[in-house]
Amino acid sequence: MMQYLWAFLIGGGICVIGQLLFDVAKLTPAHTMSLLVVVGAIVDGLGWYDPLIKFAGAGATVPITSFGNSLVHGALTELQRDGWIGVITGIFEVTSAGISAAIIFSFLAALVVKPKG
Amino acid sequence: MAVKSSSGGGAGAKPYKPLSMSAKEYQAFAKAREPARSVWANALRAFLTGGLICLIGQGIQQFFMAAFGMTAKQAGSPTVAVLILVSVILTCLGVYDKIAQWAGAGTAVPVTGFANSMASAAIEHRSEGLVLGTGGNMFKLAGSVIVFGVVAAFVIGIIHWLIGVWS
Repeated sequence: MMQYLWAFLIGGGICVIGQLLFDVAKLTPAHTMSLLVVVGAIVDGLGWYDPLIKFAGAGATVPITSFGNSLVHGALTELQRDGWIGVITGIFEVTSAGISAAIIFSFLAALVVKPKG
Repeated sequence: MAVKSSSGGGAGAKPYKPLSMSAKEYQAFAKAREPARSVWANALRAFLTGGLICLIGQGIQQFFMAAFGMTAKQAGSPTVAVLILVSVILTCLGVYDKIAQWAGAGTAVPVTGFANSMASAAIEHRSEGLVLGTGGNMFKLAGSVIVFGVVAAFVIGIIHWLIGVWS
């Protein structure tokens, strides 16, 4: 049960940071998302994202910061396995599911749905 | 093409008033008429919606772990895929954008917002053709996230490699 609570609190907290970047820092959504992804990547580069996932579960894996974390994770895993070339080959290793799903579902949606208004 | 001022106007015509506001005055003028949006209210909405989406994600993850005996890590990818599917369906129904207007960053920051931006761009540009419209514009909004994420991951990977080489 605690896992659900922390997922809610941490996930909500990351969204609040995004909202403050919208409202207080006056960033556009694209700038905000890019910034959050880079922050997630840096946090994982320092080795702090995994402990956060252990603690908050989906609260850490569902926000977009987790995308940056997954990119770095793939790069570092293959770096250890294959050497420096792994940095290039490994980047999309972990995020493949998310990006592929988003592309496929969005394409199918465009085939079926007519734009509204 | 300067507008001839009121001197030529007929009797009774309103005298032409040139735009006299400076940029500063205009900003003050516009600010006074902007709808007041409390930062706190927006933050609370973002917190509740974002937290709820993560809570649902946690539920889906627990389901995959219980039903298929996956570890938390293995369950991550299917969880994200399910959330993306739900988000795309809600986008198709026009529901996601309605929620997003209320929730602000609460629906934009989770991975569902990423999927929503792709699906809405794909649908919106469908009329320009499948290749040039849907294919070309799908990443219009999501592209910057991928570009900056990949560049950041590359730099961090190189730093780790250099640390490994030197130490």
